[in-house]
Amino acid sequence: MSANLFIENGPAAIIAASLITYCFRFGGLLLADRLPRTGPLRMFLDALPGTILVSLVVPSAVHSGWQGVVGVVACLAVYMGTRRLLLTMFSGVLTVYLLRLVG
Amino acid sequence: MSDIISIQNASISTSMYRGAMANIPLAVSAVTYGGVLGVLSAQKGVTWAEMSAMNVLMFAGSAQFVMVDMWQAPLSVMAVAMAVFIINLRYLLIGASLHPVFAGHSLWRKALLMHLVADENWAVTIAEHRKNGTNPYFLFGGGLLLLCAWSCGTLGGNLLGSFITQPEKYALDFAFVAVFAALTLSLWRGRNDGLPWAAAIVLALVSEKFLPGKWYIVIGGVGGAMVAGVIEYLRLQKR
Repeated sequence: MSANLFIENGPAAIIAASLITYCFRFGGLLLADRLPRTGPLRMFLDALPGTILVSLVVPSAVHSGWQGVVGVVACLAVYMGTRRLLLTMFSGVLTVYLLRLVG
Repeated sequence: MSDIISIQNASISTSMYRGAMANIPLAVSAVTYGGVLGVLSAQKGVTWAEMSAMNVLMFAGSAQFVMVDMWQAPLSVMAVAMAVFIINLRYLLIGASLHPVFAGHSLWRKALLMHLVADENWAVTIAEHRKNGTNPYFLFGGGLLLLCAWSCGTLGGNLLGSFITQPEKYALDFAFVAVFAALTLSLWRGRNDGLPWAAAIVLALVSEKFLPGKWYIVIGGVGGAMVAGVIEYLRLQKR
């Protein structure tokens, strides 16, 4: 084992980061056990997956410029037509690649 | 209904296999995305050992991007921890939303199977759960495939160094957005999602402009879902 596989504080930083991440994953699941089955809070939790995902996607798409926005539209069209993720990914990447060649 | 029960009770290996299969498109994007991070990490002097430790112990793409960016001596553990805290806070919400998938499973199983939850297999599992019902092994099988793909990408990129110099030239950076856009669409439940989603988009775009890290995901997600909660509250008040 050579000493320079890790920089100083590297292992500690990785372990701290990993513990935090795991506590969020597991803690979130445990927290949900104690939550109600109906009512506003339930509606909030049920809406979360969609709102998280849409918040994750839209800014990234906008960051890819107008080509990215057109690419997303192409992805949505292909996905609605075929329901195939891999095909959707390739058509999106191809669209953006071609548009970047032009623009 | 019997179909749903059969899927929920499918054997462990069958479920893991199904989960892995369902995640193949995302694994492809994880290899390319990981390759980009790997190349970046080589330029920052991150070793394969450090990369492997992050892959296996933390297993969180965007947090690893930020860590790689911070990776130089003197390294502050506190600064890394704070950054990862902000970026990965969304896993608290992701964990909570997996509650129905884990219903009836033991604490140990939850503790074990939650580790390999990433945005990708989470989104695939939630979509599958709404369509056919599923179980935690479906999620875990997807996680294992993603871990392999992610490790191939990051370590391959790290070893090959500067092989992929311009990922954006081939629009590889868009692979992530493309897959997630399709997954988002599959989570659309109907007109009632309109207002919450619109609120989420606006909040995410605004906070992404003004706040560091991945706060925008948390703010957009929580804000949008709160709109759904308020709508339900007002509906109950009216009755």
